[in-house]
Amino acid sequence: MAQATRKKPVSKTADAATSARTAAQSHFRTLRLGTPFQPRIDALARTQDWYNWAGYHAPHSLWDEELEYFAIRSQAALFDISPMTKYRIEGPDAEAFLDRVTLRDVTKLKPGRVHYTAWCDDEGFVLDDGTLFRLSPTRFRLCSQERHLPWLLDSAIGFDVTVEEETEAVAGLALQGPTSFAVLRDAGFAGVETLKIFDLAEFPHDGGIVTISRTGFTGDLGCELFVPADKALSLWDRLMSAGELRGIRAIGYTALNRARLEAGLIVANADFTTAEHAIRADRLRMPDEIGLGFMIDLEKGHFNGRRAILEARAKRKLRHVLVGLEIEGNIPAEHAIVYHKKHQEVGLVSAAMWSPMAKRNIAIASLTRPYGDTMVEDLWVEIYAMRELQYQKLMKRAKVVARPFIKLDRRTANPPADF
Amino acid sequence: MTSFDAIVIGGGHNGLVAAATLAKAGRKVLVLEAAADVGGAARTEEFAPGFRVSSIAHVLNRLHPDVIKTLELEKHGLQVARTDFMPTVALSKDGPPLVLHGAYGEVLTGSTPSEQSAWKELRAQLLRYAGILKLFLSRRPPDLAGMSLKETAALGQIALALKKLGKEDMRDFLRVLLMNVADLLDEQLADIRLKGLLAFDATLGSHLGPRSPTSLLGLYYRLAGETGGAAGAQMLPKGGMGAVITAIRSAAEKAGVTIRTAAPVAKIIVEKGRAVGVALDSGEMLRARTIVSAINPATTMLDLVGPREIDTGFVRKVKNIRMKGDAAKLHLALDRPPQFSGVDAAGHKGRLVIAPSPDHVERAFNPSKYGEFSAEPVMEITLPSLSDPSLAPAGACVLSAVVQYAPYALKEGWDAGKPKFLKAIMTQLGTYAPGIGKSVLHTELLTPADIEARYRMPGGHWHHGELQADQMLMSRPVSGWSGYDTPVEGLFLAGAGSHPGGGVSGAPGLNAAKRIIAMKG
Repeated sequence: MAQATRKKPVSKTADAATSARTAAQSHFRTLRLGTPFQPRIDALARTQDWYNWAGYHAPHSLWDEELEYFAIRSQAALFDISPMTKYRIEGPDAEAFLDRVTLRDVTKLKPGRVHYTAWCDDEGFVLDDGTLFRLSPTRFRLCSQERHLPWLLDSAIGFDVTVEEETEAVAGLALQGPTSFAVLRDAGFAGVETLKIFDLAEFPHDGGIVTISRTGFTGDLGCELFVPADKALSLWDRLMSAGELRGIRAIGYTALNRARLEAGLIVANADFTTAEHAIRADRLRMPDEIGLGFMIDLEKGHFNGRRAILEARAKRKLRHVLVGLEIEGNIPAEHAIVYHKKHQEVGLVSAAMWSPMAKRNIAIASLTRPYGDTMVEDLWVEIYAMRELQYQKLMKRAKVVARPFIKLDRRTANPPADF
Repeated sequence: MTSFDAIVIGGGHNGLVAAATLAKAGRKVLVLEAAADVGGAARTEEFAPGFRVSSIAHVLNRLHPDVIKTLELEKHGLQVARTDFMPTVALSKDGPPLVLHGAYGEVLTGSTPSEQSAWKELRAQLLRYAGILKLFLSRRPPDLAGMSLKETAALGQIALALKKLGKEDMRDFLRVLLMNVADLLDEQLADIRLKGLLAFDATLGSHLGPRSPTSLLGLYYRLAGETGGAAGAQMLPKGGMGAVITAIRSAAEKAGVTIRTAAPVAKIIVEKGRAVGVALDSGEMLRARTIVSAINPATTMLDLVGPREIDTGFVRKVKNIRMKGDAAKLHLALDRPPQFSGVDAAGHKGRLVIAPSPDHVERAFNPSKYGEFSAEPVMEITLPSLSDPSLAPAGACVLSAVVQYAPYALKEGWDAGKPKFLKAIMTQLGTYAPGIGKSVLHTELLTPADIEARYRMPGGHWHHGELQADQMLMSRPVSGWSGYDTPVEGLFLAGAGSHPGGGVSGAPGLNAAKRIIAMKG
């Protein structure tokens, strides 16, 4: 948690002054913040396998990444998404503001609905992707990987709207897996089964409100829950105790990352470089170059990057394409180079795994057009398999395939399955 | 209803030049002017019964020769003769003034022989270097994103001109380009009156003091202008600046331009990223293939188009254009011509400058950084009725002065500050023209806040954006969009806020029109 930074009164002795100053500058003692769920996660963290998620320490795994993955696919998995950047966007012009900032048509997003969207800079390069929750006609929550407050505030010029970051104030959980809705029901969230995919609704919790949406990052049945930070622990406990007999497990990012890859979902600054982070000019990506072209709505009003995107399409300046690959064999092709005819370098794999669900060796890769776009034959990936201190280079055939790699009927079934 | 190919917003001189040029190229053009008359800040207006004055711009020194040629302004009544060139007088409290005769001091009087020869050398050098920059005035700034063959060739010509200076001169050109004017003057001159005058001319109309880095550019900008083919020459147009407007207007109307005054534009209508027309304050809608805005770039993009139709990054850039003026305009109706100490009759018809030394100009500038006006302001004064008696009743006299520094955002507010500033100005004037205060019949002082309100110039800045190194050439009005086009297709900028900048030059208007014609807009 944040440390006090208020200066203490100056003491008479030099020692006291020094220690007061040290105390006032203790921010460095907490290099990575904990989330509101930290006490519970710490208690379960058997592997002590942490990473840095937007300044928070978040678990890669908690006890066994393999079993955590299967908790998503066969039980219910609880994943702390509090470090995700969250903005509260409110006002009479909130809809118009978001319509100008983001690619998709926000006027089509009804209150009580969520959509996946992305936003661009003037040059049409993707700044980030994220989910937009419409909480009321005039109130939204925008969730993203990176931070964008200066961009959002400058975008608000000329709109009657307020934009506030609420990352710290709002705690978030993803509850994913086939038994997740049964857990919710057992936890007493009456009526949650009426939620259709991408619906959201508010439920009472611990004297406050929890917002539950039927969304997630796994391609599985599941939901995401947002509560004020001070209600976080009671929500965790409520779900864990209700889910005990339905196999609920807390999980880390490694398991989630596998599930999202099977679902064919991309991660900012893993599968593409966001525009404000890219240092090299050729790393910038337009939506059409990372598979997000479907979001672009030229029929709606003006939005950031529209002119540049139109020009790039008209002048055929789109140089890259993001594709799903199926690779022969069973060795994950993580960060492998993609070749055409085994010798011409045409791209790079950004995420890869052997998929236990699809029973296929899958990957997401960025290729230089026309490869992956009009030329999809004769593609290969070069996998360096480390075998007892020696690389074995494997040249494996890769086939461009549609994403998602798995499609689970239970994700969208209505009402959600009641295991 | 008549339909138009192009609608020009703003009937200032650049708007009229753009309209006339487009009409001459065969387009049907409508000019919409918000005020009751065209001319913008280059009008001749009556400020007291029987007293008329050039409203803001009062010295003609940079009307671009291409504008005169393209619009055939001489056929429309514009007269420029060498005999009209006015001298510049550097006023002095003690002793005779120093006078620059002809085109920016072809002859210098009132100084020592050694200073005269030093000036001759410096003047030649300044004009040589300004001559390089002059080549940029009548074309689009270099486009870093890619240039046509023609544009690249034009840039090549400039490179060639630079090379033709010779190795030593070229090195020196590059050395001094971004210097402050005071340091350069200290290198070459001794007379503080001459240095004061040049320091004043370099910083006139900008938020810079003579010791601010890059302040020399302002002097180059001035000297890149020409009148009657002579660089740096200046004159008072007969009938005031409004007479120049009358000539341009006449050329525009002859070419078939329709002009509507008292027709303020409320909105530029954008459909699917393209400007398709304008809506007037009255609610009337007018459509055209091309919309040319010859008003302020920030007003155009943020108010008329609106942030909703443009990208956030562009809004950021436009909002960051610095345009807070520092120059006030003083108009005095005098019951008799004033007598400036030690100045002869010819001198009184010239440009009289109060800037006794670079230090004085610098000290006048200092308070403006902190939102205060100069206690001892510097100014350039003209007495236009001496050479054009039609501007004042018989025996009376008009005084027109540009006074610095009067920061737009005055800390105490201009309501409270204006009377105090006027007092400081009159005290300063009285020192150089004893007894002038007693002959004042009527006073009009326009602070930047007044100029903003009256002439719709945000910040009261006559360049519509500080003319400093970071807001020049390919960075004017904003980087990436310096070539008169905008992110809104079919919408072009043609005012002083675009390259090359302000002053009665017509260059932005002409360049914009040429760009539109080249784009078949």
